[in-house]
Amino acid sequence: MSTSRFFGPGEAGPNATTDRGGTVFLAIVALVAVGVPVLNQFVPSSSPFHLSPYAMTLIGKYMCYAMLALAVDLVWGFCGILSLGHGAFFALGGYGMGMYLMRQIGTRGVYGNPVLPDFMVFLNWTELPWFWYGFDRFWIAALMMVMAPALLATVFGWLAFRSRVTGVYLSIITQALSYALMLAFFRNDMGFGGNNGFTDFKDLLGFDLQAGSTRAVLLAVTAIALGLSYVACRAIVASRAGRVVRAIRDAESRTRFLGYKVETYKLWLFVISAAIAGIAGALYVPQVGIINPSEFAPINSIEMVIWVAVGGRGTLYGAAAGAVLVNYAKTVMTGAFPEIWLYALGALFVLVTIFLPRGVVGLVRRQTS
Amino acid sequence: MLVLVALCLALSSGITVFAQTPDETLRSTLGTLREASFPDKEATVATIADSGHPGAPFILTAFLEDRLYSRDSDLAIVIVKSGETETFDLVDPLTQADAGNVPKDGFTKIGTNNRLRRVLRTTVARFTLASPDAAVRLSAVQNMLRSLDDQTMDLLRARAAIETDAAVKDEIEIGLAMSSLDSGDAAAKLVAIDRLSDRVTTDVRNRLAAFLEKNPDGSFVEADDKVRAAAASAVAHIDNVRSFYSGVETLFFGLSLGSVLVLVAIGLAITFGVMGVINMAHGELMMLGAYTTYVTQLLMPDSIGLSILVSIPAAFVVSGLAGVILERTVIRFLYGRPLETLLATYGVSLILQQTVRSVFSANNRAVETPAWLSGTWQINQALAITNNRLYIVLFTMLVFALLLAVLKRTRLGLDIRAVAQNRSMARAMGIRTQRVDAMTFGLGSGIAGMAGVALSQLTNVGPNLGQSYIIDSFMVVVFGGVGNLWGTFIGGMSMGVVNKLLEPYAGAVLAKIVVLVALILFIQRRPRGLFPQQGRSAEGH
Repeated sequence: MSTSRFFGPGEAGPNATTDRGGTVFLAIVALVAVGVPVLNQFVPSSSPFHLSPYAMTLIGKYMCYAMLALAVDLVWGFCGILSLGHGAFFALGGYGMGMYLMRQIGTRGVYGNPVLPDFMVFLNWTELPWFWYGFDRFWIAALMMVMAPALLATVFGWLAFRSRVTGVYLSIITQALSYALMLAFFRNDMGFGGNNGFTDFKDLLGFDLQAGSTRAVLLAVTAIALGLSYVACRAIVASRAGRVVRAIRDAESRTRFLGYKVETYKLWLFVISAAIAGIAGALYVPQVGIINPSEFAPINSIEMVIWVAVGGRGTLYGAAAGAVLVNYAKTVMTGAFPEIWLYALGALFVLVTIFLPRGVVGLVRRQTS
Repeated sequence: MLVLVALCLALSSGITVFAQTPDETLRSTLGTLREASFPDKEATVATIADSGHPGAPFILTAFLEDRLYSRDSDLAIVIVKSGETETFDLVDPLTQADAGNVPKDGFTKIGTNNRLRRVLRTTVARFTLASPDAAVRLSAVQNMLRSLDDQTMDLLRARAAIETDAAVKDEIEIGLAMSSLDSGDAAAKLVAIDRLSDRVTTDVRNRLAAFLEKNPDGSFVEADDKVRAAAASAVAHIDNVRSFYSGVETLFFGLSLGSVLVLVAIGLAITFGVMGVINMAHGELMMLGAYTTYVTQLLMPDSIGLSILVSIPAAFVVSGLAGVILERTVIRFLYGRPLETLLATYGVSLILQQTVRSVFSANNRAVETPAWLSGTWQINQALAITNNRLYIVLFTMLVFALLLAVLKRTRLGLDIRAVAQNRSMARAMGIRTQRVDAMTFGLGSGIAGMAGVALSQLTNVGPNLGQSYIIDSFMVVVFGGVGNLWGTFIGGMSMGVVNKLLEPYAGAVLAKIVVLVALILFIQRRPRGLFPQQGRSAEGH
């Protein structure tokens, strides 16, 4: 692979001693975790400092995307695995949360069935499918939000890495995977609500999802999860295993000849990354209030890679910043000039790959040094 | 004296008979109809039919359809062509010339009864059965078979004996055999079943299967064992033939789907397979081809049939140029970095989509299907093939053959292969590799444009046309083996056939999922596809 061209030996990602960018990132996340709920809950809505619930939801969404970008950067930036299947892991986590939330609706649904969600009653189902069992308990559901994507990543990664499917081929089959999952989840017989997915959620752990306070807490939890994910990812890449992973990225065959089990390292990294993506998806769903099969769309997975590329791959905090930047731009531009947005996004893809192979972070670093 | 008078009368009447032209005879025969009793009318119908007058079928048809009237003023017989308003459009019964438009009153209808109508129907049928046009005869036979009685059966038997057209004769014999199945005679049934066993339509099969059913009390509907056995073997034979042809049909559907896959993938086989560029804008280059078809139709609205032929080279040029520009402005900076080309070309695909949205609006555009592309080709009673699918298969073969010819027989093809195999050596030999790169990319893109012309006939032409095919086309190329055109061809065709074979059992969506998952698993087993590239150039990818 030719990725080594962009990451010389001395500049291969964050360094444990001088992670200034990471520190700034964690500080911002901490500030958001405390500040945003306070500005929303305790500042009166007449004050100019008041944050509307809409803005808070938006920030929560961006942070979920940032977590997802961390997950993509972990495998792409540090191991050279360009996965176009992370949208699927994200969506699977989201579906896990969605299933829990659906079971919580209980008799408050349109049909008032205490066990079956509305769409099943609508399809004339009489029994809950087996894979829905246990989702009324949060701890089982929470386990599944992490385990479902992780399990898929394990099976898929084990097959793919063992037979040494790399580079472009891996990207294409991960894309095919998320496409196949999207088609599958669109089917009504799958038992996941078909086209419409899940929506009309009522409460989470007994707290009303429409209440401002619940949403504020949810945002704080998302910020904390983002911070923890960053710390975990950094710990992984700074560890000895992380160095092996970077070695795999730069010279896979040589690393294998040195005696490292390349497949095992790749698999672990891929699974951890998928789990983080799943958690991001699980936090995303209660905040936006809907999950449907379009989350599996291959275009989403490609967009995630762009966030990372824009922010700067192999830097973690850069990836998170890229996710926030691109999505903020998307929010602003689709509102103000909807017809220009796709031109801008397209141009961003082209310009960043040609002129900014190390993203915004690379640009900032070049300016400062 | 009396004798003389009688002789004179006879002579004079004989003279008048001989003096009458056929027209006058017919007219006077018709004149009797007004006052005639039903048996008399029957005799008159026979006279008219036997007269051999060319107007006879026309008159009798009008009579059957209650359009024969007698004018009260001069007792002349007229035919009413139409009488929906207050007035009649009259036609002269003999010359069939228009005889003016007159008010409805002042006419007496020549009445019919059931018996007379039956006679009329048989007589008219005999005329149409004798028509020189085989299509008219065939529809007459089909009409008569709907209400068979002894008379019409006699007519049909007589016709079958002298019929020269195979289809008409076949239709008559099948109809007669079907009717003799209802008779009580076991021997007749056996003959009929034998005749019907090579007829593979649903109604014949169901009629024969009815012999095998049981009454509620457990006895067979058909008492005769031999008839039952014959019917059973005939049904089995028909089922065999039908399932064979439905297999042929599925295979053909699969090949036509496979052709579409090959067509959308083959341009990518060049840009991805030969050049190693992951061109995510490939789908949008096809979209440009489809829109070129649309614009060509707008430019030549009077000749839709021709426009599709014009748009094939036009789409090649448009998409090819777009490809060359894309290569010169974006891709040449990214050679050797396949993952980066994926991202950059994806950006290009977004820009192209939005451009099309801005120019043509986000709605789908209607591309007309020329007449020569629509319709079906009925090969036999069990197998019909739609023309557009057939043409897609042929078009794919043609494009594939042309591409092979370009790569193997032209100077450009030689250069392309040389650069793909060993870039620096090719450059050392004096090949302008940059130019070849642009031309190669243009060639692949142009083929994508031609695929777009075909797609415009199959799906909606809209900004999202490309996206729906991009994953399929990548899967085909990877499955077939990167850098191998025959691999793409065989890969695409087999994907299409497998997909269509699964569809009856799994449904369209599930079949597609199964194929995708099978491909993912296949690539795990053979990461380099069906036909991996051999030798030194394989290392480059």
